[in-house]
Amino acid sequence: MAEFTLPKNSKVLKGKKYPAKAGTKNVRTFRVYRWNEEDGQNPHIDEYEVDMDACGPMVLDALIKIKNEVDSTLTFRRSCREGICGSCAMNIDGSNTLACTKACDEIKGDVKIYPLPHMPVVKDLVPDLTNFYAQYASIKPWLRTQTPAPDTERLQTKEDRAKLDGLYECILCASCSTACPSYWWNGDKYLGPAALLQAYRFIADSRDEDTGARLDELEDPFKLYRCHTIMNCTNTCPKGLNPAKAIGEIKKLMVERKGV
Amino acid sequence: MPQNARPLSPHLQVYRWPLSMALSILHRATGIALAIGLLLVVWLLLSLASGPESYAVARAFCASWLGLALLFAWSWALFFHLCNGVRHLFWDVGAGFAKAQAQRSAFVVVAASLLLTALVWICVIAQGGVA
Repeated sequence: MAEFTLPKNSKVLKGKKYPAKAGTKNVRTFRVYRWNEEDGQNPHIDEYEVDMDACGPMVLDALIKIKNEVDSTLTFRRSCREGICGSCAMNIDGSNTLACTKACDEIKGDVKIYPLPHMPVVKDLVPDLTNFYAQYASIKPWLRTQTPAPDTERLQTKEDRAKLDGLYECILCASCSTACPSYWWNGDKYLGPAALLQAYRFIADSRDEDTGARLDELEDPFKLYRCHTIMNCTNTCPKGLNPAKAIGEIKKLMVERKGV
Repeated sequence: MPQNARPLSPHLQVYRWPLSMALSILHRATGIALAIGLLLVVWLLLSLASGPESYAVARAFCASWLGLALLFAWSWALFFHLCNGVRHLFWDVGAGFAKAQAQRSAFVVVAASLLLTALVWICVIAQGGVA
């Protein structure tokens, strides 16, 4: 049964305030979720006032500035700072996105930053993605073939290659899956939009020869059919992809192969 | 350190509801409301079958403020569930998944459900009300 409230140890409390230096003109407040296992305390929200005249435009710039200049204990994942690695996915201003491609100017009022929703927190903005990756592995995300390997690459037409557009670009940042209420309530059994988009990426690939088995593996009340087309995945994807449509295509194939 | 000591990150508490998410849960809520509301309809039919006295009681209830409010809510739930159900049928054939399309169809569903409800009640009032 879905639990709509947070467990006792997860209730978020008020934290510390780090004011900007006196005389700073362009101040922005960042309210950031903090939790450190070693404190033995509940998570809390720390408030950081940042001088935006001396800060880059993106939310990640502000987080790095805070870590460098104000509070080095602030913990978050980041790497490429250009929206291709997927490390800095977090909940910013109420929706999941990449901190490196989200401009502070797009947000009204204080900038509220939480870890990806409904996930176990390792520290501060770092969620535990073990289950997410295991689900990705479970769809066996590689070309599965029966025919003997040719001497050259397995070729495909331009048209067949075009079918992978909108699928291959996924960077597995987990924004979509952790935006999905179905995934919140049944994340242990429902594969979630990210893994299902990847499942469809191989189903749609003309070079893959295991479509039947792929569909068999998804024919399950939870793995696929917990998707109720809530559309949060598509609405939140920082890469502009459409997991809801990919899942819809899988559902369609399920019906079509029954020959209705 | 046991893993269950890790806190669960906030979800409903912090997530900003897109319109499509609100409509999705409303679809389920109206489905439940329709099932329960059907009891009222069944009661009406039962009372109709068991004679004029019992029908008069059911009729009086339906004409009361509470009865009217329930019937009004039920009629809107019916039209919302119907319209959003049609939206789901489009999705089932693979149409209307684009972000802008889904946003537009959400507005259409809300507008259509309100319009149809208004139409029904205008008809009811035009025919001399419920009493």
